[in-house]
Amino acid sequence: MEPTTAPTKPTFSPAAQAEIKRLLTHYPADKSKSALLPILHIAQAEFGGWVSPEVQDLVAETLNIKPIEVYEVSSFYTMYNLKPVGKHVLEICRTGPCMLRGSDELTANLERITGAKVGGTSPDGNFTLKEVECLAACGFAPIVQVREKYYEQLDTPEAVDAMLNELRGQIHRPILSWEENDLPNSLKNN
Amino acid sequence: MGRKLLTEHINVEGINTFEVYRKHGGYRSVEKALKTMTPDEVTEEVKKSGLRGRGGAGFPAGMKWGFLAKPEGVPRYLVCNADESEPGTFKDRQLMTKLPHLLIEGMITGSYALGARTSYIYIRGELLYVLRILEKAIAEAYAAGFLGENILGSGYSLDLHVHPGAGAYICGEETALLESLEGKRGNPRNKPPFPAVQGLYARPTVVNNVETIAAVPVIVNEGGDEYAKIGIGKSTGTKLISACGHLNKPGIYEIELGLPVEEFIYSDEYCGGIWKGRELKAVVAGGSSVPILPKELILKTAAGENRLMTYESLSDGGFVTGTMLGSGGFIAMDETTCIVKNTWNFSRFYHHESCGQCSPCREGTGWMEKVLHRLEHGHGAMHDIDLLVSVAKQIEGNTICPLGEAAAWPVAAAVRHFRDEFEWHVKHPKEATAPGAVYRGAAVLA
Repeated sequence: MEPTTAPTKPTFSPAAQAEIKRLLTHYPADKSKSALLPILHIAQAEFGGWVSPEVQDLVAETLNIKPIEVYEVSSFYTMYNLKPVGKHVLEICRTGPCMLRGSDELTANLERITGAKVGGTSPDGNFTLKEVECLAACGFAPIVQVREKYYEQLDTPEAVDAMLNELRGQIHRPILSWEENDLPNSLKNN
Repeated sequence: MGRKLLTEHINVEGINTFEVYRKHGGYRSVEKALKTMTPDEVTEEVKKSGLRGRGGAGFPAGMKWGFLAKPEGVPRYLVCNADESEPGTFKDRQLMTKLPHLLIEGMITGSYALGARTSYIYIRGELLYVLRILEKAIAEAYAAGFLGENILGSGYSLDLHVHPGAGAYICGEETALLESLEGKRGNPRNKPPFPAVQGLYARPTVVNNVETIAAVPVIVNEGGDEYAKIGIGKSTGTKLISACGHLNKPGIYEIELGLPVEEFIYSDEYCGGIWKGRELKAVVAGGSSVPILPKELILKTAAGENRLMTYESLSDGGFVTGTMLGSGGFIAMDETTCIVKNTWNFSRFYHHESCGQCSPCREGTGWMEKVLHRLEHGHGAMHDIDLLVSVAKQIEGNTICPLGEAAAWPVAAAVRHFRDEFEWHVKHPKEATAPGAVYRGAAVLA
């Protein structure tokens, strides 16, 4: 019989450690807790798009604060996923201005195409659907955010297909490798 | 065509780089302030300009700067509120992405005026891609000697950092923002003490919106008096309006304050009218928190005067027949829009975003959402309509921060102006909940 191994404690990659070190220089030495929100973003990107209790404990240890100080923050802010998610989390804006331009239909279509229900993940594990409040791009509604990218004006089947096909082609987009061509059209220089 | 004080160069190729921005006159205000003006003289120009907070409250920016406590030997901070999240508002994202150096220039000049040695830009977490643009631009400004030690040999030093939130509307409220910047839940603080006395890390702090800070360079360059010549009365300068909803040309427009609302909606220079050849039904003129107005009252005041895009004209008539300029989040709704559904949607938003500290807001927002949901789905009763007004009234003024009012006002105004449509949902639930149902009755104008 193989010996059972204890689950390994998560650790930050060297790239993430370097980024955390840089972030900590932004705040007074005795106020390093200020770096909690940005470090949780890094942790979520590093460990599969969600922050498990173990990952949150790692963040607490990194900042030398009590785990409860991390839990109370991670449960307050909607961007932190506290449960496992699919490969891509589609955050669909549902607030007034997006609703006026068809976000209800968009949500229904995304549920139909991906096979996921809002709050759940598609059977193939590719897509998690999440409804969110105003993403501040109301003039280009309806909108979906996936990690660091906004997909805008998703009011045609073509636009929705293009988004999903782009996402299906991607395996993993680490948070530390953002590219300028990821900007939505509304923000590109004309 | 109005003057563009902030966005004149917004579409210049490469304007997001230090080099091109500098070539177009960028960072002149830093040179002028640091080399020829005292910090108080900079504040004086901002006071003279009449610039009002562009985040929504419209409080005079120079006066806010004047309130900052300056005890000897205690650090103080300038914090930029880039937590843009008022539904209908999307101007700051555009400004920061395309003109990152304009905000940075404003932060340097503003920090000098306030005597801050470290300043922060708090940006909503969803905009991490904009955070990276700002960080790149900040690195360029450091390299060019406009940030860091001894800027331009003036002896003044400043560090500037960008800090992300993580999804919470409430962090746009300045004390919640400061809590969040300290790594905590975004629970608003009791005031007093005001941030000007005890803000970030309990130090004196000024919190200003992106657009407010972006107006500082032009005010310093041209002088506060020149800036104040644009606009009408106490609404000076230009304002970025985020136009969305059922418009032919939604987008961000920089207007001179004083532009007639009718021209803004219908002229081809701006929104180009209502989409699909439809009629306008209602407008939420200043972000989702301000009272909704029916077409008749957004185009003309109750006295029959043209409604203008100014703080005063939009609030003419108080909350009985007027509204607010707010953040400039301009949401237009066409004749097919269901006001009950829209009001329910906004109530759900405020319920979702209430931090939960104060029971009138925590319970009241959920209560209103529930009542609106049953009205919208044809299960409401007549007394539910008055219940909504009563709950809204009991939230108002009974909470630590203005989220309570922000949740109450839209509901009260929707019932005030569209009561018939609410009653129609009660009297004719089948008809009102049929797919594509449209209420064609008139709005209540006073």
